[in-house]
Amino acid sequence: MSGDAFLSEEPDIASHRRDEAALVCDFADAHKPLSPDAALVEASRCYFCFDAPCTAACPTGIDVPGFIRGIATGNLKGAALKILEENIFGGSCARVCPTEILCERACVRTAQEERPVAIGALQRRATDWLMARNLQPFTAAPASGRRIAVIGAGPAGLACAHRLARFGHRVEIFEARAKPGGLNEYGIAAYKLPDDFAEREIDFILGIGHIAIATEKALGRDLSLASLRRDYDAVFLALGQAGVNALGIEETPLAGVEDAVSFIARLRQSKDKGSLPIGRRVVVIGGGNTAIDAATQARLLGAEEVSIVYRRGPAQMSATGDEQAWAETHGVGIRHFAAPLRLLGAGGRVRGVVFQRTRLDANGAVVLDRGEFTLPADQVFKAVGQRFVLPETEGFPVVKGGRIVVDAKRRTTIAGVYAGGDCIAGLDLTVRAVEDGKIAAEAIHADLSEAKEHAHG
Amino acid sequence: MADLRVDFAGIKAPNPFWLASAPPTDKEYNVVRAFRAGWGGVVWKTLGEDPPIVNVSSRYGAVTYNGARVAGFSNIELITDRPLAVNLREIKAVKRDWPDRALVVSLMVPCEEESWRRILPLVEDTGADGIELNFGCPHGMSERGMGSAVGQVPDYVEMVTRWCKQHTRMPVIVKLTPNITDIRAPARAAKRGGADAVSLINTIQSIVAVDLDAMAPEPVVGGQGSHGGYCGPAVKPIALRMVAEIARDPETSGLPISGIGGISTWRDAAEFIALGAGSVQVCTAAMHHGFRIVDDMIAGLANWMDEKSHGVIEDFSGRAVRNFVNWEALDLNYKTVARIDQALCIKCGLCHIACEDTSHQAIAYEQSEAGRRFSVIDAECVGCNLCYHVCPVENCITMVEEVSGKPKLTWKHHPNNPMREAAE
Repeated sequence: MSGDAFLSEEPDIASHRRDEAALVCDFADAHKPLSPDAALVEASRCYFCFDAPCTAACPTGIDVPGFIRGIATGNLKGAALKILEENIFGGSCARVCPTEILCERACVRTAQEERPVAIGALQRRATDWLMARNLQPFTAAPASGRRIAVIGAGPAGLACAHRLARFGHRVEIFEARAKPGGLNEYGIAAYKLPDDFAEREIDFILGIGHIAIATEKALGRDLSLASLRRDYDAVFLALGQAGVNALGIEETPLAGVEDAVSFIARLRQSKDKGSLPIGRRVVVIGGGNTAIDAATQARLLGAEEVSIVYRRGPAQMSATGDEQAWAETHGVGIRHFAAPLRLLGAGGRVRGVVFQRTRLDANGAVVLDRGEFTLPADQVFKAVGQRFVLPETEGFPVVKGGRIVVDAKRRTTIAGVYAGGDCIAGLDLTVRAVEDGKIAAEAIHADLSEAKEHAHG
Repeated sequence: MADLRVDFAGIKAPNPFWLASAPPTDKEYNVVRAFRAGWGGVVWKTLGEDPPIVNVSSRYGAVTYNGARVAGFSNIELITDRPLAVNLREIKAVKRDWPDRALVVSLMVPCEEESWRRILPLVEDTGADGIELNFGCPHGMSERGMGSAVGQVPDYVEMVTRWCKQHTRMPVIVKLTPNITDIRAPARAAKRGGADAVSLINTIQSIVAVDLDAMAPEPVVGGQGSHGGYCGPAVKPIALRMVAEIARDPETSGLPISGIGGISTWRDAAEFIALGAGSVQVCTAAMHHGFRIVDDMIAGLANWMDEKSHGVIEDFSGRAVRNFVNWEALDLNYKTVARIDQALCIKCGLCHIACEDTSHQAIAYEQSEAGRRFSVIDAECVGCNLCYHVCPVENCITMVEEVSGKPKLTWKHHPNNPMREAAE
């Protein structure tokens, strides 16, 4: 790179960098499903541990040895039910869960031979088996006459709705976006949930009945919590994180700078991936799975040079080791210990980013270090985290540290209002959101049943 | 390097690994391939009188256990379905080409002296090293008064053996059926009849599985199934016991035994030899993986013998027989307890749940900040060995002797025994 010559070049952002066939191939399933035979072999590796560590490590508490035994004995339906009973999103979690830091890390085979039982892949085998047969294993109890409003049709909201429907309650879900699914529909890399899996899974979940979804209805814009509390027996807030964090530097608006989540969502919603314009040189700022997904997909679209730049080290990245390796395998370069200093632009369009080197102090805090470097960029994706956005200020439950405060039963500080998923504190994972929905539904049902008893008492 | 050569009832072979009478030894093509692979001998698949029998399709069933295929194996195939003359011609050719290998011919003809007198000279003419009387086949042939129908009646065993000894100078091996209450009875009968050796076990009557769609035993032949003969790794423990019973029976002591039943590795073979076998016969393992398995059997046995300083097979043959005793001879004062190596433990909890649910509640389970921990409660441990067997980690659980300092005490002399004998 000779000086600042790139600043005067025209940004190179183009669509159809790769041919259609290559894109179809690369945006197909990231990990092929286990064949029935391979699943049997893998299932036989499970020791059927007592009080199994994998189950303890699963946020939804799936009986992992139990369902694997079902696969081993040819009881695929029983296996799938064991999974779905605890996690109605068992199909997508089998694909997107970071199992390497959850069940598979806890697997005793990891300690024994550094190769855990492929729990995620086996879970997929069982849930795919059931869904391929269009079986609807769950039935709703007779109508209770209760109506519950769920705000947000992501994994937390839908998991809550499904369990409430099983209890016989009528659920109305209000979703701000045009389609239900939340991050499963808009936020996960295309190759992790290909073939409209997210939509098919929602159809499967809604198959139980009792659940209606109204899209393009946002709290604070089209609805108010006060009116929902008046019209419904309970409200579950599954608002997710609608906002994205800023880089913390002066950001003059430049074309070619975009939030990574928007890019990922556009990609997911695009039927013709090749038509999406992508830069020749792409810089992604951040260290989470969003950064990984944006960078990897940029490469797959044909970007020549893609760099992830993160202000801490590999151990501090919230993207797991497997995710980092996945990106690197796809030709993404990951640069650690550098923070963005300023965006370089020419003619209102981004041309690069200047970074300053960083290090961690004794307390693990990021401090700026000596030395700067510049990465030329035709496109820059910001992936420095999302945040919960308060939809209303009046009559809203208490929020602390940027998240809605809840108790162990996912009750907020307002009676009859519950919350879960990424809008409350905890791991920002689909599987955890599902567990929140499940716990909240149980609490709503218990609270309503108790109220009824009191009324009759 | 250990010398694996055997002289079994006068039949010499470069090693003790023979192929049992079965499909792998049905014809020249297979047997030549086996000899090329290194097998020390074969027992040619059973010859009968012409016209040949007819076989069904299909013929095999198997047990797959926890992903391991052919853990048990069952067949409903009968004796050779090829004309006698074809078999005799091929046997003669093979023996001529492979003079150093043991070639034994299995025979099964009707229980009439004339039938045996007719066939024996024909076999002798091939130059075969010996004959094996198939008194064991438990299916099909037994319904026609042959095979195990003979083997289950000691008088018949003795009678037919005697006929054979009268009408041939070849060594006579009597193959025994395990489908009998006391294996010693036919073995003694064989010896009385003049047998040079016995071989066992033949297959066990079985229904290997039921096809739940066809609602018929497997293998299903036109919608129906028959009982078969069970063999393979699953039957090895039954075979070991029967071999040992004959080896330690004073009446048959010293009678050469060819061990058969689930032998798949050199270690299996060594166990049979330690319990009194002078040669071993293999079938299922070869049918599962081909003849090449003999390679590791030969090298593995030789390496183990070198390690144990056994120069020849006889050095350890029968060495475990004297330690095979009746239960009442065991020392009731001998005690072991389980030890769990915490450094090796992977915290699967299988030892705990097995002991807790089905044994003596002697393995404690604690959870703490440091994680899961499983430890033996010595006072409750009876040394039963269950935890050792369910533990998936090699050497993690060991059974350690707890020296009691007390003299050996058997049930014969135990105070709880109302029939006890006075102390010696």
